[in-house]
Amino acid sequence: MNFVIPDFAPAIPEIVLLILTSLLLVADSIWEKRFQFATYYVTQAILIIVGILILTSFATEQTITFNGSFVRDSFGDILKIFVVFISILVFLFSKEYLMQKNFFRGEYFTLGLYGVLGMFVMISAYNFITMYLGLEIMSLALYAMIAMRKDHRESLEAAMKYFVLGALATGMLLYGFSMVYGATGTMQFDTMAAVIEAGNADKTVLVFGLVFVIIGLAFKLGAVPFHMWVPDVYHGAPTAVTLFLGTAPKLAAFAMLYRILVEALPGLVADWQVFLVMLSILSLTVGSIAAIVQENLKRMLAYSGIGHIGFILLGVIAANPDGYSAAMFYTIVYVVTGVAGFGMIVALARVGNEFDKIADFKGLNARNPWLALMFVFVMFSMAGIPPFIGFYAKILVIEEVVKAGFTWLAVFAVITAVISTYYYLKVIKAMYFDDPEDESKLEAVSYQLHLAVSFVAILLLVFGILPSSIIELTYNSL
Amino acid sequence: MIALSDYLLFGSILFMISMAGIFLNRKNVIILLMSIELLLLAVNTNLIAFSYYLNDVTGQIFVFFILTVAAAEAAIGLAIIVLVFRNRKSINVDDLDSLKG
Repeated sequence: MNFVIPDFAPAIPEIVLLILTSLLLVADSIWEKRFQFATYYVTQAILIIVGILILTSFATEQTITFNGSFVRDSFGDILKIFVVFISILVFLFSKEYLMQKNFFRGEYFTLGLYGVLGMFVMISAYNFITMYLGLEIMSLALYAMIAMRKDHRESLEAAMKYFVLGALATGMLLYGFSMVYGATGTMQFDTMAAVIEAGNADKTVLVFGLVFVIIGLAFKLGAVPFHMWVPDVYHGAPTAVTLFLGTAPKLAAFAMLYRILVEALPGLVADWQVFLVMLSILSLTVGSIAAIVQENLKRMLAYSGIGHIGFILLGVIAANPDGYSAAMFYTIVYVVTGVAGFGMIVALARVGNEFDKIADFKGLNARNPWLALMFVFVMFSMAGIPPFIGFYAKILVIEEVVKAGFTWLAVFAVITAVISTYYYLKVIKAMYFDDPEDESKLEAVSYQLHLAVSFVAILLLVFGILPSSIIELTYNSL
Repeated sequence: MIALSDYLLFGSILFMISMAGIFLNRKNVIILLMSIELLLLAVNTNLIAFSYYLNDVTGQIFVFFILTVAAAEAAIGLAIIVLVFRNRKSINVDDLDSLKG
């Protein structure tokens, strides 16, 4: 076998991110005592540099490098840009929260950057090995981030649960990978698709492996019946970490779903479609029913997230490029809305009050009308009420799934969407029509957070009125 | 000559033991960690068996990566267990139940 020096150019953003993050890790241990916020500012600078690198070298066609283990295409680049954008916001929100809760440390930001690196690798993976490594780089960073608040019982319990179930999911996924590898004799996605296409793979072994792969993917996405960890971890983790965990990794998980099911196993579409239909129905049901009884807003948003995963799966079920684009658009919209939703909790949390119960939001309109209005935007967008962008996300996936011939599934999805509107409106009712327990004025913990929350929430409205640019972006990428 | 199916059977038995360990165990969190390691070993057995019978080294390379990452994973898992123990003076699975709703 000859050794050929691979083409490094497509992986420049990942390489730069890795080098800068590792340097930052060393630098942080030196300057930690003297300059408390240096790591934070350097983190944001690194993310901006990486974002610019991706934008300037935006891929218009697919390039595969490193012996077929790494792919660069516009699908991946769009997701990566959103990962960077979301992470910048997440770190902005985190800084103040970590100060308040007294666990501000440089490691939080370096771990976060490694998490971003893991997501990048997942998005660009083109064989099972890279996919697994990306997944683990991301997950290991997230486990440690949840456990960073060392004196907090709930965080540690959440970290333990996330660790055990995350490792279990990875194990399932790997077991599936090994079976698919055994059946096809290759790890690389395009040759795998070709082998299956040619009918050279044992169908029984392949489907057996597929079941485990889908279980693993469902765990990572948080689709029912593999969702047990989602509410507990979202609730227990420090809100700043929930904000990270509930948003950016979803983009990477969607990329993983797409790369494995669509790029590697398109020959099994009839088989995985059936599984995804089941997962989607269950997720939509649990997501809309279980959220109604929640008292804790983080928990409610976790269940609503499960429902949103059901919608994302609808787009993938359609099994055509338009359907995948609709699912990708939905994922991006859900993630941005999630940042605003959890970001609001972070912005209002203060010493001694996590501000994560729905009861805390009672009478918010009287205490701070502007933030209450912003939260209405977020809730309306999640519920899918026009003119907010969540409406277009829902209508696109439903349109695609109807075109693919699953009209009954679309009807079911709309019914669950109507049910889920109830709990979003419950929050709005608490803010506008309930009497506050504490009449005093309430401000966001810092002016930056006030601006950031308002910025994201207004973005939901602006793109809701003018959605075509972002819809075209996703539709042209696939 | 041991057939491929024997290795796969061995792998699936390991897999089932680890599943039983994760879902039936109500006592100790460390047993959960051991079960997870066993799960990864089941995968490794599968990969090596396939790799040998397919005459393709990719599977064996994957095994090296899995072993390395499993070590890192165990380190983080044990670190979390130490923190939990400091906080609660117990690593009983049943005691991890304060998050409900």
